[in-house]
Amino acid sequence: MDITFKDVSYIYQPNTPFEHRALSNLSFHIRSGSFVAVIGHTGSGKSTLLQHLNGLLRPTAGEVDIGSYKISAEGKTKDIKSLREKAGVVFQYPEHQLFEETVEKDIGFGPLNFHVEQEEIKRRTQEAIEAVNLPEELLQRSPFDLSGGQMRRVAIAGVLAMEPEVLVLDEPTAGLDPRGQREIMDMFSALHKEKKLTTVLVTHSMEDALRYADHIIILKDGRKHMEGPPLEVLVRKEELEQVQLDVPEVIQFLSGVEEKLGYSISYHNQDIAQLAKELVAMVKGGR
Amino acid sequence: MSSSMIIGQYVPGNSVIHRLDPRTKIAIIFFFVLIVFFANSVMSYGLLTLFAAGSAISTKIPANYLIKGLLPVWFLIVFTFLLHLFVTKEGEVFFSFLSFEFYTGGLIQGLAISLRFFLLILVTSLLTLTTTPIEITDAIESMLGPLKKIRFPVHELALMMSISLRFIPTLMQETEKISKAQASRGVDFRTGPVKERIKAVVPLLVPLFVSAFKRAEELAMAMEARGYQGGEGRTKLRELHTGRLDIYAYFLFVLVIIGLFITRS
Ligand SMILES: Nc1ncnc2c1ncn2[C@@H]1O[C@H](COP(=O)(O)OP(=O)(O)O)[C@@H](O)[C@H]1O
Ligand SMILES: [Mg+2]
Repeated sequence: MDITFKDVSYIYQPNTPFEHRALSNLSFHIRSGSFVAVIGHTGSGKSTLLQHLNGLLRPTAGEVDIGSYKISAEGKTKDIKSLREKAGVVFQYPEHQLFEETVEKDIGFGPLNFHVEQEEIKRRTQEAIEAVNLPEELLQRSPFDLSGGQMRRVAIAGVLAMEPEVLVLDEPTAGLDPRGQREIMDMFSALHKEKKLTTVLVTHSMEDALRYADHIIILKDGRKHMEGPPLEVLVRKEELEQVQLDVPEVIQFLSGVEEKLGYSISYHNQDIAQLAKELVAMVKGGR
Repeated sequence: MSSSMIIGQYVPGNSVIHRLDPRTKIAIIFFFVLIVFFANSVMSYGLLTLFAAGSAISTKIPANYLIKGLLPVWFLIVFTFLLHLFVTKEGEVFFSFLSFEFYTGGLIQGLAISLRFFLLILVTSLLTLTTTPIEITDAIESMLGPLKKIRFPVHELALMMSISLRFIPTLMQETEKISKAQASRGVDFRTGPVKERIKAVVPLLVPLFVSAFKRAEELAMAMEARGYQGGEGRTKLRELHTGRLDIYAYFLFVLVIIGLFITRS
């Protein structure tokens, strides 16, 4: 589904001494099927932005279009519930939302609310637990007996089981060990391609943004600071420094190589081993 | 969401009222609540209203915020007024409509009682609007101090109060977070039959309890790790002290009390 923000502003607790403007005149467009990373300092409005994507928040001014759904300050969005089925949100620390007696029931909770048939729920639960790489035996256990990392995976499976078309991820790997982070991100990336999802990822990791996203939006104090394809945005050192962000290490390394040695290697998500090979080839080739 | 209700919400500031010793505020409000019931003439009510309004203005909290925040209370005040107007049958009939007769006694009593009510609510909410919960707790601990002599657990009580107060906003945030997460999974808290809506509370309450217990456990552990062992011999980080400002406040309030007893009829 296409997502369009038109001049969106959001104010928390308007007309009180606690009034706080979290988004200011934000406009951008996300093409259906793209993988977008939203980056910004804590408090820059990332989570507020995400909550507009399934109608949890309504813009104070402006309009959000998601597919055929329109969300604005005035008019009621018809069918907000069916929007929530199509746009699945994985919140920060989603394991806090677990509550059922068994993992199976918790994963099936979303689909059940959207009146999916029992048979179909069973199938989706199986698929989701496989996707998050947990053994099937866990289905009958209580989610509260699991480790933190396993709970996170169960919560994610609960969103995947809704089979959304738009996947919204708010720092889904925060607090996991490096290997778990990598596994979960690779899983989202594979799902994104396989199911042709539109994915919006909030992250602090410039490396993840570079590796997985095809479009990047950087926020600063609720405004759009930068936007564009990763290789255009993530190389602009001065602008990134204004929001306390660094150029990803790989890019730093490659531009260092180009500056000092004169070899220019184009980056398209190669891993370290491949990059080393290309560099060796260039050095040997004597170019 | 519930942002229109301000009773109990602290508004940061640096006004005279904010800077008063919390014990001064509590003491004055305590006696104000008592003397409101002694007012019985236009002048005496006027004096108390002047005092309350003056205090409200000097907090520098925007008036429209105060008025809107007390909205739920307005309803009660108006209700009290109407009740007296309809029920009291004293004095002369000053107005009759269909079969209803309204008496001057009812009008006056209605006005007086709803004004009293308003003053009480206004003054007590000024306390919580200008004093942090922690300050209030410290003040209560200090004011109840003498009860330690009869082995009343003042310190433990104060500790319990401050811990609960500290976690109210946390729990509210948590509630909002979890209800948003469950709403995203298709729970509908707002519409639908009552039975469904009651059922919708389970996915909210279970995670809340789980996290509250976890927090309590972590807090207890952290306190022990840092050597907490009860009130005996503990020094205070925030010392309360009564300064010149407080003396002025007491002085002004004593003047109001004297004025009240002069203007009573
Ligand atoms: N429920 C709320 N009430 C008032 N202010 C809020 C609320 N939620 C967030 N904010 C404020 O809005 C700003 C943006 O918050 P958020 O979108 O959570 O930022 P991020 O996810 O980028 O850290 C922050 O300054 C935050 O304090
Ligand atoms: Mg956030």
